[in-house]
Amino acid sequence: MNLIISFILVIICAIIAVPFLKVKWKGVVVFSAIVINVILSGYFAVNSLLGLNYDFLFSGSYITGLIHIKIDALSAWFIIILNLIFITGGFYGLFYMKSYKNMQNKLSIHCIAFILLYGALISVCVIQNSIAFLIAWEILALSAFLTIIFENEKMATIQAGINYLIQSHISIVFLMIGFMWVAHKTGSYDFSAITQYASANNGNASIVLFLCFFVSFAIKAGLVPFHTWLPYAHPAAPSHISGIMSGVIVKIGIYGILRMLLLIKPDFITIGYFILFISIVSGLYGVMLAIIQHNLKKLLAYHSIENIGIIGIGIGIGCVGIGSGNQIIASLGFAGAMLHTLNHALFKSVLFYTAGNVYQATHTLNIEHLGGLIKKMPQTTILFLISAIAICGIPPFNGFISEFLIYTGLYQWLKDAGLFSSITVVVSVLSLVMIGGLAMLCFTKAFGIIFLGNARKTFTHEIKEVSFLQLLPIYTITFLIICIGLFPKLFLTLLYKPVALFTNIDSVSVTPFYGQAFDIMQPISIVMWIFVILIFVVYVVRQLITGKRVSPIQPTWGCGYVAPTSKLQYTASSYVKSYNKIFGMFLINSKKETEIHGIFPDKAHLETHPYDKIEKWLIDNPIRAYKSFMGRFLFLQNGKLQFYLLYGIIFIVSIICVPLFYEKFCQLIDFLKRL
Amino acid sequence: MLSLLLILIAAFFFTGIIIRTKSIASGRKGPGIFQPIKDVNRLFKKGAVYSETTSFVFQIAPTIYFASVVMAMLVVPFGHSKGLISFNGDFIFFAYVLALGKFFSIISAMDTGSSFEGMGASREALFSMFAEPAFFVLMGSLALLTGQTSFQEIFQDLHLGSYISYALTTLATFVLVMIAMIENSRMPIDDPKTHLELTMVHEVMILDNSGFDLGLILTTGYLKFAIYGALIVNLFIGSIDYQYAIPMFFVIQFLMAVSIGLIESFMARFRMNHNAQFIVVLTSVSLLIFFGVLLMLGKFI
Repeated sequence: MNLIISFILVIICAIIAVPFLKVKWKGVVVFSAIVINVILSGYFAVNSLLGLNYDFLFSGSYITGLIHIKIDALSAWFIIILNLIFITGGFYGLFYMKSYKNMQNKLSIHCIAFILLYGALISVCVIQNSIAFLIAWEILALSAFLTIIFENEKMATIQAGINYLIQSHISIVFLMIGFMWVAHKTGSYDFSAITQYASANNGNASIVLFLCFFVSFAIKAGLVPFHTWLPYAHPAAPSHISGIMSGVIVKIGIYGILRMLLLIKPDFITIGYFILFISIVSGLYGVMLAIIQHNLKKLLAYHSIENIGIIGIGIGIGCVGIGSGNQIIASLGFAGAMLHTLNHALFKSVLFYTAGNVYQATHTLNIEHLGGLIKKMPQTTILFLISAIAICGIPPFNGFISEFLIYTGLYQWLKDAGLFSSITVVVSVLSLVMIGGLAMLCFTKAFGIIFLGNARKTFTHEIKEVSFLQLLPIYTITFLIICIGLFPKLFLTLLYKPVALFTNIDSVSVTPFYGQAFDIMQPISIVMWIFVILIFVVYVVRQLITGKRVSPIQPTWGCGYVAPTSKLQYTASSYVKSYNKIFGMFLINSKKETEIHGIFPDKAHLETHPYDKIEKWLIDNPIRAYKSFMGRFLFLQNGKLQFYLLYGIIFIVSIICVPLFYEKFCQLIDFLKRL
Repeated sequence: MLSLLLILIAAFFFTGIIIRTKSIASGRKGPGIFQPIKDVNRLFKKGAVYSETTSFVFQIAPTIYFASVVMAMLVVPFGHSKGLISFNGDFIFFAYVLALGKFFSIISAMDTGSSFEGMGASREALFSMFAEPAFFVLMGSLALLTGQTSFQEIFQDLHLGSYISYALTTLATFVLVMIAMIENSRMPIDDPKTHLELTMVHEVMILDNSGFDLGLILTTGYLKFAIYGALIVNLFIGSIDYQYAIPMFFVIQFLMAVSIGLIESFMARFRMNHNAQFIVVLTSVSLLIFFGVLLMLGKFI
């Protein structure tokens, strides 16, 4: 209890202190406040992963009733992810924001919003009271908004921020509907009331209730078709915020979905198939759009949608597993989903931070303008490369481990599947493989174009590596990425308790990973080691044999052409051109081009703007229709005071008269009836 | 362990046989069967030239490409005998570890900054992306049929009982052969002997490699062929005794090499922009296998 109060006090003290400090100290104070809070919350989280559950009751107010705070294994898992990303992100931010140090007021707001964001995220993970939860959720939305719009002098940033703000409020509306529904029926704001109500009304009511929450959390998580805020907000925010957003803010949606699954316990099979379907669509659609992006951060943002899809596939499998009473599938699915949540938080934040490094060095994020950064920023390049391999789910890094769990879950499911479920499995496997393949296409493009080859554009300023301290947090996360890849069992042991929360449903007492399912990770870690050693051995052999030979350095083979320029290189668009042709029907890629004419051609020009089809259909078109409908009433707003007075009078008169008329009308009807 | 030895031996002869078949089919005398091995051997002894554009990625990529294929080779079983490594879901590892090699060969091509190599990289990435689903669905349907999830158990339990299963294995063989062709950039997909950089796929990616690295890449190609050959053999040998299975292995590998040689002699390469559609056909064939399995298991009723 005391620890929780000190957690809140630390945040409040930091917020009060920040405006009065010098620029240099603002960041330091906020970061140290976060470190203290990370230790406090980490203490609870680690204990609860080891088996201790915490329950606290705050007196709250008259409106909220008792505020119940519970730290169970699920909260603990997400708190650990949050802490990891915030501590590294905060540290990275300290250095990233140095270039903005003359904007004192903006920095104050940013710092306050940053620590509020942290506090709100942790609170969302532990609060078990609807109203307090909504307040934390709102603080989360607003503080995230403030951090996104740091560069608010740019129009695009403000637009992205407002887009985010609107969508997160739509999410809040759905949450409120859900909470009010439960509170209306049971009279209690505590989360346990949700379980009560759902178990009393098992069936359609609980499914609808779950869907209500699901939509709200899916908006936060960025599942298709609720994803449209994400590709705008991520590029607009400063890089450490993008990393944190993709790493944890989006994951809070996943937390919410998992929490509601625990609370509502809906018809797991139906919900499982539903989540699977939406996640498959998200995964495929996210990566398909990612490939055609030119802006590095936007590309990464679409990859978040894809990875949320993979996590969702895990959750879907887990749900079906619970529904059909198969504990192996359930534990594999949930373990895969939760491990991928951690994994994605790790490699995506590294990718965003390295993107930030690239932006700081070159002042551009347009992939087509970059090239050859490997020679100027070797450390950033290696870090990006490792995460790029990890995000494609390729061994020996962490992405493979979680995808392997999900695959194993799918193939285990196949063992006793009926017709419908085996087709579902095949569709899921197909889409997972496609996601992997497309991700590989996307990241070979991004990595190849940005870091390899020659520079495509000459910059007037010098491009150099960022400072070591700025790289330090990225190294730390990369170390974790490698660790999870090489010691997967260690991290899966941590997942025992969170997964057991789900698999112990219906009081089936089995250990979370029993039998084969558990043995699965043992050989994987051995295999990973063999693989790493093998690569090392082959490389050493190569060095031994070729080491003494002189290798002349020559220009790249140009097929006989002797005057190559960097413009002759393959570009990102040409790299994905054949992909564009094949998948063209799912994409919008508006093109402007002037073709080459004549024997001595003049200038040629090509410009492409990728756009999102779902956004066009689901958001832009309805809004346009709504606008044109509302436009018909525009004549009412004619700017003349007399008319506005008239409206007021009409309004007052009608308020008085309508009930009168209604009464008379009723009397008339009565009279007619009596006749 | 046994499979490892057999694959190594098969890899030794495989490409030689293809080349020999091609030369006989076109009425030439042609090089001996060991010529490819001799070539590789000579390459290993040579020095290399590096492009000034390239970085360390270019230098480590062939190593990783080679290691990934060796790693994939370790999980391939032979009949009763497991591969050196065998666990549940090892075929997932098989496909993904090959993907790492591909990832590196693609980025090493991009590393040279050459437009040709970028073109090859783009094609390779796209084609291999389309080929992977076919492999996963194929293995998934075999897993469904046998109720197992590791290479060795799947192949061991795969009994050729009914007519449907013969049809299925034929289709599976077709899919595996075609995947092998795609993975190795062979005829209907790619023409390794073309001399125009614009129409190559895999060969254009390694234009700038030379010496030891090129030797590694070529060796990797030979190994890959033998690995897929071994997978096909595994479809048939099931639980046959070794004294029959081992000769069968060599016969099937030989037949596969000869048929690849024949295909390359009598077939033209597909148009590049139709390749993707062709590869997607593979996925539908493997879906056919999947429905066949469902039919066999009586899940339709």
